[in-house]
Amino acid sequence: MPTAHLKLWRGDDTGAYQEYDVEYAEGMVILDVVHLLQATQVGDLAVRWNCKAGKCGSCSAEINGKPRLMCMTRMNTFVPGETISIAPMKTFPLIRDLVTDVKHNYGVARKMLEFAPGAPAADGDYRMQQIDIDRLQEFHKCIECFLCQDVCHVIREHPDNLNNFIGPRFILQLAQVAMHPLDTNEKSASTADHWGVDYCNITKCCTDVCPEGIHITDNAIIPMKERIVDESFDPIRAIGRKLFGKK
Amino acid sequence: MVDYETHEYDVIVIGAGGAGLRAAVESSATGAKTALICKSLLGKAHTVMAEGGIAAALGNVYEQDNWQVHFRDTMRGGKMLNNWRMAQIHAQEAPDRVRELEAWGALFDRTADGRILQRDFGGHRYARLAHVGDRTGLEMIRTLQQHAVHRGIDVYQECTITRLLKDGDAIAGAFGYWRETGRFVVYRAKAVILATGGLCKLFAINSNSWEGTGDGHALAAWAGADMIDMEFVQFHPTGMVWPLSVRGILVTEGVRGDGGTLRNRDQEQFMFNYIPPMFAAETADTIEEADRWYTDKVNARRTPNLLPRDEVARAINSEVKAGRGSPHGGVFLDIASRRDADYIQRRLPSMYHQFKQLADVDITKDAMEVGPTAHYAMGGVRVDAETTATTVPGLFAAGEVAGGMHGSNRLGGNSLSDLLVFGRRAGLYAAEYANAMPNLPGLNGTDVDTAAEEATAPFDNTGRENPYSIHHDMQDSMQELVGIIRKEDELGEARERLQSFRERSRHLRVDGNRQFNPGWHLSLDLRTMLTVADLITQGATLRKESRGGHTRDDYPGPDTHFGTVNIVQRWTPDGAVAREEPLPQMPHELAALFEGDSHADSAS
Ligand SMILES: Cc1cc2nc3c(=O)[nH]c(=O)nc-3n(C[C@H](O)[C@H](O)[C@H](O)COP(=O)(O)OP(=O)(O)OC[C@H]3O[C@@H](n4cnc5c(N)ncnc54)[C@H](O)[C@@H]3O)c2cc1C
Ligand code: SF4
Ligand code: SF4
Ligand code: FES
Repeated sequence: MPTAHLKLWRGDDTGAYQEYDVEYAEGMVILDVVHLLQATQVGDLAVRWNCKAGKCGSCSAEINGKPRLMCMTRMNTFVPGETISIAPMKTFPLIRDLVTDVKHNYGVARKMLEFAPGAPAADGDYRMQQIDIDRLQEFHKCIECFLCQDVCHVIREHPDNLNNFIGPRFILQLAQVAMHPLDTNEKSASTADHWGVDYCNITKCCTDVCPEGIHITDNAIIPMKERIVDESFDPIRAIGRKLFGKK
Repeated sequence: MVDYETHEYDVIVIGAGGAGLRAAVESSATGAKTALICKSLLGKAHTVMAEGGIAAALGNVYEQDNWQVHFRDTMRGGKMLNNWRMAQIHAQEAPDRVRELEAWGALFDRTADGRILQRDFGGHRYARLAHVGDRTGLEMIRTLQQHAVHRGIDVYQECTITRLLKDGDAIAGAFGYWRETGRFVVYRAKAVILATGGLCKLFAINSNSWEGTGDGHALAAWAGADMIDMEFVQFHPTGMVWPLSVRGILVTEGVRGDGGTLRNRDQEQFMFNYIPPMFAAETADTIEEADRWYTDKVNARRTPNLLPRDEVARAINSEVKAGRGSPHGGVFLDIASRRDADYIQRRLPSMYHQFKQLADVDITKDAMEVGPTAHYAMGGVRVDAETTATTVPGLFAAGEVAGGMHGSNRLGGNSLSDLLVFGRRAGLYAAEYANAMPNLPGLNGTDVDTAAEEATAPFDNTGRENPYSIHHDMQDSMQELVGIIRKEDELGEARERLQSFRERSRHLRVDGNRQFNPGWHLSLDLRTMLTVADLITQGATLRKESRGGHTRDDYPGPDTHFGTVNIVQRWTPDGAVAREEPLPQMPHELAALFEGDSHADSAS
């Protein structure tokens, strides 16, 4: 059995990296190796996970400095014998070991614009064409791993900005409501204004780390920026767009 | 004196999967002060993993579909052991619950005329599953989560309940701890809804998330509630088998619904050799007819690849045992040779990724290797069909933790709809119960002390037993002895081993302190898992027949007597006590839907 050399963060923010050797089996992912370590050497190793299938977004960490899901990072993507560093997400306050306090994100979620559909057709069904919802379905793939929030320099370098900037995950959620063909919120994009969409300078780092491959910047953030401009300068056009379909 | 914080509510909902979220929304809408408690972060519950879809007779693809057909499919899938009234309510109300989800923001795949598209699934006569590619659970949980959060419902996340509290016979609240700090919490409440999901983490090969430790099943049993049908565990026919580390991860039935077929080592489509008499009249017996069925449901009969899950899982098991399996001990699931790459990627994007990233297999080019995986608990807390009330006053249950709805075997897609239909009812009736009660029930200080003591006990033990090793050994034992095929002597052996695990778990060694300590959490989960394992093993011993998710090597066929009874269990200080109870009688107009059926299997 091959051996993994891990350098893993232990403790709270006064903690330090510790090194461990763990024997593992073919086909394993980082999360398996962390679990092996937990079961055999460090029983109280704090780590979040739920599905081990890339579907829940719980196991986010920084592996060799890159924000990733531990359960979707296979051991055979590393050079044999290489020391692999596993650290908690840097942007969020550390609780212990690999677990961070991501509550702030849930606070933002409570304040988000809510979807408000119009009435359904006479037969009780809503009608939407597949082609009109393809892009929105892309946004709905978000598993709330918060890796995009972690990597975004606006927050990462200035945690204070969190009070004024909701971050890529939530701009995505705003776009999801604003672009929904059935939504009736007035000037939905302009509400995005005071969520600090302006802070984003389109570096696309969020898109690069998204494990769901969502084109956060191109498909959500840039269109939202354009809408904010549109709505603030041309209210008639904005309303017209609501009535006559969206682009 | 133990140190703890206290919160007071009309209704608390334990569990934030589909059932718990839907329950909380409904309860809070009545004006009842409602809290939602979950042991992971919000939005991470097991429901997020659901893939294939939500079953509801919307009739968007086949207008011949209606609740009667859905009801009949559900009962036959459960081999007639289902609580008929639950199955009826479920089939009648599911369409409204799906439409409501759409009004709350869910974006299902569309038909050509812009309505909700429906896909084929095992045991469903018509294409019936509303879906979003193969990530329907994510859509459902996110929609409900955002809806609930906007209703202002209080959420306690990463908080684990370890005991229900009672005042006399009635429920009075719950006791738990914060994962982050290990500190204790007491919730005082007039009504409690259990929505804690499943229990398949009891088995070595399973498709469940870490939370599937049967907590709600054990909490209810310890509180004195009746449990029903615990012997029925669904082994989903298609879990991944290779590499070993992903063994058990689910491969959605949607693969077969969208055209995939099972093959053995010799490339034979072996399901044609396993069509049981009960389904012979409606199942294609030639490959030609089966393939035609995908586009012509009216003149062709359905493919045997989509027989109910228990049938397919047993067939795969037999092929492997006969030496006709794939290299890693499964069989092949082939969609690559049957559908083009574009179609596969569009219909099954998560499956495509899952195999590509975890197994280096491109499912548009090569066959997948699959085998049975422990997936779903049909059994659970016994509930009243209309109100979801358990036998403990003030305690309600909905979702996978509740029993009765699915009988001996659940049809795919019928869980997500069950969560919505009975989640809503649980919220409604728990709130009604609470709103009629003037004062909070009393809090029994001794019970709180006892709950705190047992929660910290693992730290006081001076033993050397590693909780992870006990869990591992228990999973192996359950898999081997109480798994897909069972027999008398092995079940006896299983009971002895459970006794030894219980003994070992009295001598645990837990490292560290109470702050975010998975070793400690697991040692508490071991208590619930051992209780649930006892219930399953006892039920499996008593049911001397084979039916649905319970297969006995020593009683290979269905039995007339057992076809007329449920096994009901109650927990006592000396362990589980079981009794048989006759099935509730279906009214004539519903019974008429089954006239002319072959009763060879249903035996009732
Ligand atoms: C991979 C996979 C795919 C599936 N696909 C489908 C499908 O396509 N269609 C379908 O109908 N069904 C499907 N199922 C089944 C279905 O997803 C589950 O049965 C269903 O989601 C269970 O929902 P629930 O609300 O009952 O509980 P869960 O979603 O399991 O949620 C349980 C909740 O209870 C909480 N909890 C548990 N114990 C405690 C405790 N002690 N204290 C506090 N909180 C606690 C958890 O934190 C969680 O929030 C699938 C299952 C799997 C595993
Ligand atoms: S594109 Fe914008 S939101 Fe995304 S990482 Fe860069 S600055 Fe942050
Ligand atoms: S947008 Fe992508 S990276 Fe951001 S939280 Fe969602 S899934 Fe994670
Ligand atoms: S554990 Fe769910 S995404 Fe990794």
